[in-house]
Amino acid sequence: MDAQGKLRYVVSRRLPNKDVVIVGLGWTGAIMAQELTEEGLEVVAIERGPWRDSPTDFPPTYMQDELRYRIRHELFLAPAQSTFTFRNKAEQTALPIRSWGAFMPGNGVGGAGVHWNGEIWRFLPSDFVLKTHLTQRYGAKFLPADMRIQDWGVTYDELEPHYDRFEYLCGASGTAGNIKGTIHEGGNPYEGPRSRPYPTPAQEQPFGYQLFAKAARELGYKPFPQPSANLSTAYQNPLGLRLGACTYCGFCEWFGCANYAKASPQTTLLPALVRKPNFSARTDCEVLRINTDASGKRATGVTFVDSSGQEWEQPAELVILAAFSLFNVQLLLHSGIGRPYDPISQTGVIGRNYTHQTVSTATGFFDHRKYNFNPFIASGAIGMCIDEFNGDNFDHGPHGFVGGGYVGHVQTGARPIETTPTPPGTPTWGAAWKQAVRENYLSTIKPGTGVHGSFYAYRDTYLDLDPTYKDRFGRPLMRMTIDLHDNEIKQNRFLTDKFAEIIQAMGAREVVKQYRTAPYDITAYQTTHVNGGAIMGTDPNTSALNRYLQSWDVPNLFVTGASAFPQNAGYNPTGTVGALAYWSAAAIRSQYLKRPGRPLDA
Amino acid sequence: MSRRDVLAGGALVLVGTSVSRADTIAGHLPWAPNAGNPPLPAKPGPWLYFTAAEGRAMEAIADRIIPADPETPGGKDTGCVVFIDRQLAGAYGRQEGLYVSGPFETGTKNQGPQSAEGPAQHYRGALAALERACSSQPGGKAFADLTASEQDALLHGLEKGDLKLEGVDGQAFFAQAVKDVQMGFFADPVYGGNRNMAAWKMIGFPGARYNYLDWVKRHNERFPLPPVSITGRAEWTPKGS
Repeated sequence: MDAQGKLRYVVSRRLPNKDVVIVGLGWTGAIMAQELTEEGLEVVAIERGPWRDSPTDFPPTYMQDELRYRIRHELFLAPAQSTFTFRNKAEQTALPIRSWGAFMPGNGVGGAGVHWNGEIWRFLPSDFVLKTHLTQRYGAKFLPADMRIQDWGVTYDELEPHYDRFEYLCGASGTAGNIKGTIHEGGNPYEGPRSRPYPTPAQEQPFGYQLFAKAARELGYKPFPQPSANLSTAYQNPLGLRLGACTYCGFCEWFGCANYAKASPQTTLLPALVRKPNFSARTDCEVLRINTDASGKRATGVTFVDSSGQEWEQPAELVILAAFSLFNVQLLLHSGIGRPYDPISQTGVIGRNYTHQTVSTATGFFDHRKYNFNPFIASGAIGMCIDEFNGDNFDHGPHGFVGGGYVGHVQTGARPIETTPTPPGTPTWGAAWKQAVRENYLSTIKPGTGVHGSFYAYRDTYLDLDPTYKDRFGRPLMRMTIDLHDNEIKQNRFLTDKFAEIIQAMGAREVVKQYRTAPYDITAYQTTHVNGGAIMGTDPNTSALNRYLQSWDVPNLFVTGASAFPQNAGYNPTGTVGALAYWSAAAIRSQYLKRPGRPLDA
Repeated sequence: MSRRDVLAGGALVLVGTSVSRADTIAGHLPWAPNAGNPPLPAKPGPWLYFTAAEGRAMEAIADRIIPADPETPGGKDTGCVVFIDRQLAGAYGRQEGLYVSGPFETGTKNQGPQSAEGPAQHYRGALAALERACSSQPGGKAFADLTASEQDALLHGLEKGDLKLEGVDGQAFFAQAVKDVQMGFFADPVYGGNRNMAAWKMIGFPGARYNYLDWVKRHNERFPLPPVSITGRAEWTPKGS
């Protein structure tokens, strides 16, 4: 109370009850809202960031701005609003990430679906039964003692219809390699069987990508175009929304798409969703916690704060936690839902199995008198890839590691602040640097993440709350403890060498390999594929969610997104994130709503 | 009584008359004219952050990092220091949006910078220390008044860590200066550097174009069109504007 006797800090205003409250309006929040409003439920989505849409926020008149969007992170969450602390090992003091580096959390409506590259992959069938599969093939002793991989509790065959739905929502462009078990030339022969071809044909591949494919074929591999949610052609999706063809502008990663060619919640869902009378959204509102009743076993809704600092309570019968992976985990920890993971006793589930992606690349310098790649002509998901070294597509026995990834020429453009490569031995400044930049810009192959490896889970890689640093509301920041383990380092060395051989075979004058090495570095961008911390599974002792993404502890709470991945596969995650959201939504629609509040049957 | 106590007690009291916002979106896509946020062009004119002496020293440094040659002007004439000045005077210099709460502890390099000071203060401190180092050398000239080869020798000393600056990490400062000068060189000219798109012309980057559909299948051919900036091209702009 202040001197005038008025309540100064108070107090949540209570909003009318809704059937469903969704935290976050990115890919999975929008999918869940679309699906659950179809059941006639009253749905409200609460989004931390601003409203964003293509014509107003990503216009073609100024979106091609590397400084503003890539270097200064315009579309991303401001660390001042929320960040994390980081350390490699539990014995270190974690320090705050003051400016984004290794990954970049999105912000606002559309979430990471706005700035993603559109690399829309499926995981391999063996990825979903990873522990069982690897143990059967190589024996339990082959796995490192501190590795903590798990099966997902859902199989590829169960997810296939949901991958299909997400791809047809997006209009994904690609060449199918396996349709109902029949292998098709030109596609990925290692992929799981798909029920039908991609909705649109693969994107065109400019000179450098074609040259990569030719070299790969000559080395005996089976290259295929990277599956892309930057569309090769105009497309109308099942909700009646129309997307345009990608123009290869080279401003995709970190940027919003101005011409409706990149699948995003804005282009594939929101215009249809927002017209439904039983849907509404609140923007610039940050959820502080999920509320539970006295038993702690039932969620009663969420408390959020608006941009003026006013707190609100939104009561609801069903809570869908659909924020970015890390923020899902953070909200569970702040809400006291689920037992936090303890790396010493290896008990508890929230924060367990935190993973990232093991990426690296090789840069190829070509004779500038003979080669001109026009590397600025690109899309976020352009590229030619091979999958011979992904997952368990090859015998790991002789190599002494597990896991793998696709490798490919997947350069997303040649924006010059970041992409003016010079050959080894060039000074970093001065006349010689300037001359080398001039000579090499058009004739260099520089894929950002040419090697896209898996990142398996370990006992000592986890998320918990930081004891020292706080966010703007005084809540503890979440602390990440993560390092690279020998298995991933060996895997990356093997893949990078294989990748560099192909770049060399393209005719490069010089190839420079950039292996991923320990310690894990929070300052240099890797990918925004940070996963785990609230994983799905079949055992409440080792997973936070059941196989339908339903909380074991609070059955009227579902948690979507890559936080559910028990470990990460050698692919970009969004395809699987979308498929899991549809899978979970289907279970809610067909089973949960018949007996609300109950745990779903396995 | 803290807010937490009130809420933990389940006291969901509806009080207060303050204006509060919880914008609701329903029924249609929100749209307002000019809702977007176009970039503000860097204005020509005097330094906004640097002092005259700092600006002069930085222009000398920029011309060593990117020396002029017969085809392409150097760091100074392409506006790289104007770029840095405007950046330091703006959100970047103030660390706007970054996490700047303490405590500030020195960690490992891979934990990232942990400094309460932003880049604006770093430049100020380092340029002052550089001038002190110059004035203590024989002749005692300001950095900008040294010959190009003397300047190069000093900058190589900073780069290698052989030349120590008083109270400042000279090596880190020079690495930052290289990064920022080159960033100004390659960023869109709207921010004050890359004047006349000199850097883009030098490397063959066509700039803020939006459609290469007719060029995707043309292999190993140089793209023939000149670059464009967010603000267009000089030829499209009336003289003197």
